[in-house]
Amino acid sequence: MKFAVVVFPGSNCDHDCYHVAKHVMGQDTSFIWHKDHTDLSAFDCIIVPGGFSYGDYLRPGSIATHSPIMQDIVSFAGKGKFVIGICNGFQILTEAGLLPGVLMRNRTLRFICRDVELTVENKDTPFTSAYKEGQVVRIPIAHHDGNYFTDENTLKSIEDSNQVIFRYTDKRGEASVEANPNGSLNNIAGICNKEKNVLGMMPHPERCAEKALGNEDGKAIFESIVKYLS
Amino acid sequence: MKAKVYVTLKKGILDPQGKAVQHSLGAMDFEEVIDVRQGKVFELILDDKTTPEEAEKRVTEMARQLLANTVMENFRVEIE
Repeated sequence: MKFAVVVFPGSNCDHDCYHVAKHVMGQDTSFIWHKDHTDLSAFDCIIVPGGFSYGDYLRPGSIATHSPIMQDIVSFAGKGKFVIGICNGFQILTEAGLLPGVLMRNRTLRFICRDVELTVENKDTPFTSAYKEGQVVRIPIAHHDGNYFTDENTLKSIEDSNQVIFRYTDKRGEASVEANPNGSLNNIAGICNKEKNVLGMMPHPERCAEKALGNEDGKAIFESIVKYLS
Repeated sequence: MKAKVYVTLKKGILDPQGKAVQHSLGAMDFEEVIDVRQGKVFELILDDKTTPEEAEKRVTEMARQLLANTVMENFRVEIE
């Protein structure tokens, strides 16, 4: 299968994503510059990486959304192909309307960079099949704007259709207020669209996907996709 | 012609920045302040070919598409 990693001015997790897809997973992987009119039809999964695209001006992700590549990514996703947005990538996918809701400033107004516990809420997706149901994993977050918000109806609809994929919890899987680092509604850390081919998450699985780093909890996302497509 | 777009957080959405400003004002003895909501103002200069009616329509579209995120923000357009 073929991965592509989008690069915007200000992306800074692009090389980490590339490294995991290419060297850890051993898959064909390309960088694509946001301004090049690259034909996306050859790719199976596009990763929109973390960073501070366009300096987070206006709102995180808002300017990148209007960059030439985003229209192509919206139609790519419309064909049922896979898109993963991590951190700033998640913010971009919500701004682009591929995922519902918005990521607001953290409740504490502080940038938070640390490991957090997440519970895998739904393993019946192409992104999470390699996890166990209800598995608690430890994945780092590094963001200033990760406070997930959406209106009441949308929240109910994403909960009812099992679109919440990861939730901030304690080690026992309890979604407590203390386990919520940024104020996200219902402790939401990652969601997918109704069709389950677009995933957005604030934690960084690409930062914990190989033994040398002492934590492989993020690797199962990449494994799930590779397994699904082969 | 000048257009102004006021972007504010929707009612009910927690505004931690506004709260921080409110606390600071309280600490400065402006104790009559019971709430602060922080927002943004955009000033757009439009060319002379644009009529006020067109401007209102176009700027509303700009706000909807880029300047505001209507999931969490409201906006108001003023043409001067």
